[in-house]
Amino acid sequence: MMSSDKKHPGLLFITVGLLLLLLGTTFGLIGGLQYVGDNFLSDLLPFYKTRPLHVFLITAFIIVTASGGVYYYLNTLHPNISSVRKNAGIQLFLFTLTTLIIVVCFLDGTFGGREYLEYPPVLALPILICWIIFAINYLKTIRGVKFKTAPIYYWMWGTGILFFIITYLESYLWMFPYFRDNIVRDVTVQWKSLGSMVGAWNMLIYGSGFYIMEKISGNEKTARAPLTFFFYFLGLTNLMFNWGHHTYIVPHSPAIKYTAYIISMTELLILGNIILGWRRSLTNAQKNFSNIPYRFLSASDLWIFLNLILAITISIPAVNKYSHGTHITVAHAMGATIGINTMILFASVYYIFSTHYTEITERYKKQIHYGFWILNISLFLFWTSLLIAGFIKGREAIEGSNSNFREIMEHIKHWLHLFAGAGIGISIGLFLLALPVIRTFFAARKETMN
Amino acid sequence: MPFKVIAFISLFSAYGLFSLYVYTTGTDTLKSPVEATAEVIEGKELFQKKNCIACHQVFGLGGYIGPELTNTISEPGKGKGYAKALLSAGLNKMPNYHFTEQEMNCLISYLEFIDRSSKACK
Repeated sequence: MMSSDKKHPGLLFITVGLLLLLLGTTFGLIGGLQYVGDNFLSDLLPFYKTRPLHVFLITAFIIVTASGGVYYYLNTLHPNISSVRKNAGIQLFLFTLTTLIIVVCFLDGTFGGREYLEYPPVLALPILICWIIFAINYLKTIRGVKFKTAPIYYWMWGTGILFFIITYLESYLWMFPYFRDNIVRDVTVQWKSLGSMVGAWNMLIYGSGFYIMEKISGNEKTARAPLTFFFYFLGLTNLMFNWGHHTYIVPHSPAIKYTAYIISMTELLILGNIILGWRRSLTNAQKNFSNIPYRFLSASDLWIFLNLILAITISIPAVNKYSHGTHITVAHAMGATIGINTMILFASVYYIFSTHYTEITERYKKQIHYGFWILNISLFLFWTSLLIAGFIKGREAIEGSNSNFREIMEHIKHWLHLFAGAGIGISIGLFLLALPVIRTFFAARKETMN
Repeated sequence: MPFKVIAFISLFSAYGLFSLYVYTTGTDTLKSPVEATAEVIEGKELFQKKNCIACHQVFGLGGYIGPELTNTISEPGKGKGYAKALLSAGLNKMPNYHFTEQEMNCLISYLEFIDRSSKACK
């Protein structure tokens, strides 16, 4: 059974996003096996190609899927804006085309060579245009909304779009010699832009998280409560100023370090606090009705707490000295992108698809159940192995007992094998969870065409 | 004007001022300017073109399959000769890029530039 709006652009965004996830996961799996094995596929696809392919495609998954959610929810709140639908189609087409060009560039070995933004700089232009279209669509849709009384998700989606554009532009300041020729300035601004950019897409995702919570619980007060807004502004402050904890080792002004340390990482605590408060207010019947999205939100709760403890710990300069540049930083990034972002995105995806294609959660019940548990258990092993490997590496490198990179890597190889094995489990879990959605979407398309 | 809008504008203004500080005084920390010569700039371009950041870190930014490079050129027992040997032949997971002599010199100049900059702060 399907709801009436079969051509909703949000559904196509989500499906494309999940296809990007599967492709990105495949390259991540190859990269993980190359990390622990000397020559795995290295002639065909060396690590310096698999890593950017993995990073870019996973980032694209997060952005496209989160945007799809925002489009879907905005359309539910303010239906029938045809120009917005048309522009959304253009946005998705342009982004997908750019993604294909970037993949070809990486396979060909053509790079821009900047961390996380490793594609040639000229390709940043169509991506920027996509975001400007997104911003125009957002503004067109919310025309007439009174921000004084609007729920928190309007603020979070708007903030996410605005700050993504700002930080994306900022990440290309290195094109000017003033920034490029001073290595301290170049690295600091790069960390600044990337750190805040992650905060920007978090705003998009968390905004959708609040929307789902409101709809499942039927409680409209939480998304408008002064306490919720207090935490939103605290989160925004973190987005703007807490990136500096990545840069303790960069020799810039101490004021930047102190600012980051004082602001600290409280954003995850904020969300955990609100989600827990919301969960308490749910009745058992409501919980059962929306079981799958609820389950993913609950998992994100756990990952928020684990990552919060880690984030606070590594923000302490004395600890950061040991953890920075080790696999502990990778554990932090993976815990946040898979444990928090991906869990909330899957909550959003299954909320939307079970609303739209009501049979999906029943038809794929077992597959979703196994996918959920395989993903979470594997992620825990993945996260723990990275923490232990990072701890050993940091201790040996800083305490001077061993400064030989190769020997250190030899000492942590067992933990890296566990990391690669857990990576296989994560991939299986993600495939099990993404495929029902993709299959349902294409089956419905086929049905419509027939 | 609603309090929420005032709070947003205030925070946004603070962010703008802080960004300006980061772009100027906050990162103007070199005691004596470390000159980015033509060779250094060429080395940096080559570093990006070959996507070295996928495997190596500079000031903590980058991949973990290879060592951090910020001060690697001045580490005891390493230096120019060591770097040149690695660049010319590759090693295990480090591919042999078949760099020319000029390209290797540029990359080494870039590594020296990073190393000097990291140590030349106020």
